[in-house]
Amino acid sequence: MSDPNSAYVSLSGVTKRFGDFTAVDSVSLDIRRGEIFCLLGGSGSGKTTLLRMLAGFDTPSAGTIRIDGADMSAIPPYERPVNMMFQSYALFPHMSVEKNVAFGLEQEGERREQIRRKVGEILELVKMSGFGTRKPHQLSGGQRQRVALARALVKRPKLLLLDEPLAALDRKLREHTQFELLNIQQRLGVTFIVVTHDQEEAMTLGTRLGVMNHGRIVQVGSPADIYESPATRFVADFIGSVNMFEGQVRGGTDGAGAYIESAELGCTLRAERCERLTAGATVWTAIRPERINIGRQPPAQSGGSAENAVRGTVREIAYMGDMSIYLVQLASGRMLRVTLPNITRGAERALARGESVWLSWHGSSPVVLTE
Amino acid sequence: MRSRRLFARGALILGLVFLYAPIVSLIVFSFNNSRLVTVWDSVHSPTLKWYGTLVHNGQILDAAWLSIRIALTAASCSVVLGTLAGFALARFSQFRGRLLLAGMTTAPIVMPEVITGLSLLLLFVALEQLIGWPRGLGAVTIALAHITFCMAYVTVVVQSRLTGFDESLEEAAMDLGARPATVFLRVTLPLILPAIASGWLLAFTLSWDDLVITQFVAGPGSSTLPMVIFSKVRFGVTPDVNALATILVLIVATGIVLSTIWMRYQQRRRERDEQLAAAANL
Repeated sequence: MSDPNSAYVSLSGVTKRFGDFTAVDSVSLDIRRGEIFCLLGGSGSGKTTLLRMLAGFDTPSAGTIRIDGADMSAIPPYERPVNMMFQSYALFPHMSVEKNVAFGLEQEGERREQIRRKVGEILELVKMSGFGTRKPHQLSGGQRQRVALARALVKRPKLLLLDEPLAALDRKLREHTQFELLNIQQRLGVTFIVVTHDQEEAMTLGTRLGVMNHGRIVQVGSPADIYESPATRFVADFIGSVNMFEGQVRGGTDGAGAYIESAELGCTLRAERCERLTAGATVWTAIRPERINIGRQPPAQSGGSAENAVRGTVREIAYMGDMSIYLVQLASGRMLRVTLPNITRGAERALARGESVWLSWHGSSPVVLTE
Repeated sequence: MRSRRLFARGALILGLVFLYAPIVSLIVFSFNNSRLVTVWDSVHSPTLKWYGTLVHNGQILDAAWLSIRIALTAASCSVVLGTLAGFALARFSQFRGRLLLAGMTTAPIVMPEVITGLSLLLLFVALEQLIGWPRGLGAVTIALAHITFCMAYVTVVVQSRLTGFDESLEEAAMDLGARPATVFLRVTLPLILPAIASGWLLAFTLSWDDLVITQFVAGPGSSTLPMVIFSKVRFGVTPDVNALATILVLIVATGIVLSTIWMRYQQRRRERDEQLAAAANL
């Protein structure tokens, strides 16, 4: 119990079927005390169903959910040590902000003085002190989000479930709120489980991420793990953008890594970091657009040998302000996506459309995927 | 352009005349001194004497009192039953006999009133023979019949309100520790209260002016106001009926005007609140 690294929430073989459709497919997962765990996935990946099962609104078709060691199978939502912040916020429209926040405490039969004090404290924490008597429709989107957070936190749950907490906010407000959420989480020491489809949100909020696809957890790891070493093609493609090539492993892995021949790419790929590969096997290699160098001259270290360097023609340049995206066409016809930060003013004018360029990358950049 | 505007205005005026001329003439003739309803006695009119006779007419007062009692009972009971039925239909998408329940609750709306009335009469008579209740036809059977068809309307109103209900509100309440009964009383009920209130008003009006079904299930000595008016009119219209009708129109009109003003006020307040909230959105 006192071990901070022990699993606080533990799912084993959790499955949820709706008729013939399997929304969640035997998910096993351990979530530690005090961490922010982000469930990331597209729509229909089963992440919300998983969250609803944790809250108790849906019951698993198979498998068990344990929270703090206790089996939750027969525990109704109103007896679970869990609170949830809904995507729609689900504020009671007929109650004032104070009443909304006090609702949970009233259910526990706390004294009125006590309730008033706790409501005041939590509204202070989310910076909504002056708004206690307002009704939800008198609040802006960002204010509603804060009230919803206060209402979910006022009972001091050990575990807070957040369903797309920032989806309804506009971009500026979202960034600001993200850091505020982190701040509150650290101050109260609550375990967060966040469901989101937004990878940026997941990367900044989460201490660990679980990527979901078709009801299964595909990969669990820190944001850096998942970005740098995706386990499957789906994960590589879902998190950030990526250039993916099919190729064959060439025999003879030496100390410098594995060699992969790719007809699409038109050069030999040398991947320094990869698992043991069987010669001749078909693999996929992923290279992030920001890990590719672009230049007019062939890269010095390649010395003419076609390894991790390839020629192409610039087809499109998209100027994004902080960076530019180049679409470069290779001899095979494949388009490659390259992003470069615009370090100096006018940097985007350095290359022109139609220009012939060299693309190269470091041997540590390619990620070799077998599935 | 100009002729089109003229046409629109003309159509509006004609429509208003078509709708309100009968009511206006009824009100005007309630102040007529003559015993003959259709002859305007320009010498002694206007007069309030028919209103005077109305106050002393025991039959009409009794009937009005009975109608009010029945309408109150029918509206209140049908609201409870209709809310339950509407809840079951809106919330539970699959259960044994759902289609049957849906059909049964809405049947009185589409069924000809004569058939509803007749079938209820047969039911009451058979029940009395079998179990000795209800004892004879009268206020009780009228109220039961009214509950039956009013409930159908309440069910429809409540069901449609619940169909657009955000269920995450109930889940949020449950998540905060409220048991199902508390969830219903503190979250669901207050939010569907407007629908229940309008269902109650609808039921009250329907019960108040129902004639056909009431005719079937009423017994001796239990005449509702519409029945009394109808029977009086059959022996020739008397001016005191005009006076009675004028009072009813006045009551209804006051109710409508008040509710319109209230709704306007609410609407305006809501709009102002939303503008303020939008302005605070930073």
